[in-house]
Amino acid sequence: MSEGFALTESTYYILLSLVKPRHGYGIMQLTEELSGGRVHLAAGTLYGALNALSAKGWIIQLPTDDESRRKEYRLTAKGLQALKIEVARLRELADNGERILREV
Amino acid sequence: MEDRKTIRKWFWVWSFEEEEDWLNEMAMNGWVLESVSLLTYHFARCEPGEYSVRLEMHSYDETYLSFMKETGAEYIGRMAMWIYFRKKTADGPFDLFSDIDSRIRHLDKISKMLAAVGAANLLIGIANSFSPARLGWINLLCATLLMYSLGRIHGKKEALERERLLHE
Repeated sequence: MSEGFALTESTYYILLSLVKPRHGYGIMQLTEELSGGRVHLAAGTLYGALNALSAKGWIIQLPTDDESRRKEYRLTAKGLQALKIEVARLRELADNGERILREV
Repeated sequence: MEDRKTIRKWFWVWSFEEEEDWLNEMAMNGWVLESVSLLTYHFARCEPGEYSVRLEMHSYDETYLSFMKETGAEYIGRMAMWIYFRKKTADGPFDLFSDIDSRIRHLDKISKMLAAVGAANLLIGIANSFSPARLGWINLLCATLLMYSLGRIHGKKEALERERLLHE
């Protein structure tokens, strides 16, 4: 998952959800809402992705004073940059698809 | 009518999906998994189809368990390296993995465990073959079985990797 590679659908929606601080369940709900119920993030997959994205420095876990509270995450500047690059890449894919299919 | 029942059952490591199917079938029939102990499943009565049950191999990880709780899953218990969760079907779909990558990572985790335990049994088996008790064959048998399991898990992983070539 390095810069220049396509993000997975899960990663893309996780990053999109974390433009604002959110906890795990909040990410699952927003992803489902944004995709009209099409993309369902399973908890184990999400947990693995959050750890990988934290290790990569694309998201950070927000500090809490209360340990029992749900842990919240937010996008870092690096994560935001990666997200913007991905949106541009997806636009290129969709534009090309539409342009070529118009001629069919 | 009894409210509880206990079933002793054996599943090979490569049939963890069958184990999960069986637990969900039990829940469909009004028996939800309530706790686990060595090769033993304890069930309680529930409404038929009230719960979905999921299991995975996961090392001891308190952070993961509290994360799962946040997402609405209830931790049932642990049997050796396997942990069991359930969630009410009314609270939405319940899966542990939603893409091919995380399924492959789960199989990798199982493979690593099998390889480690298998290698340990092989070494102990070889060492014990020279001891007067001559019990090394037990470990060698275990090692053979673990290596066979590793092969079965690897087969599952290859099938997912073929799928991964086309989509995620």
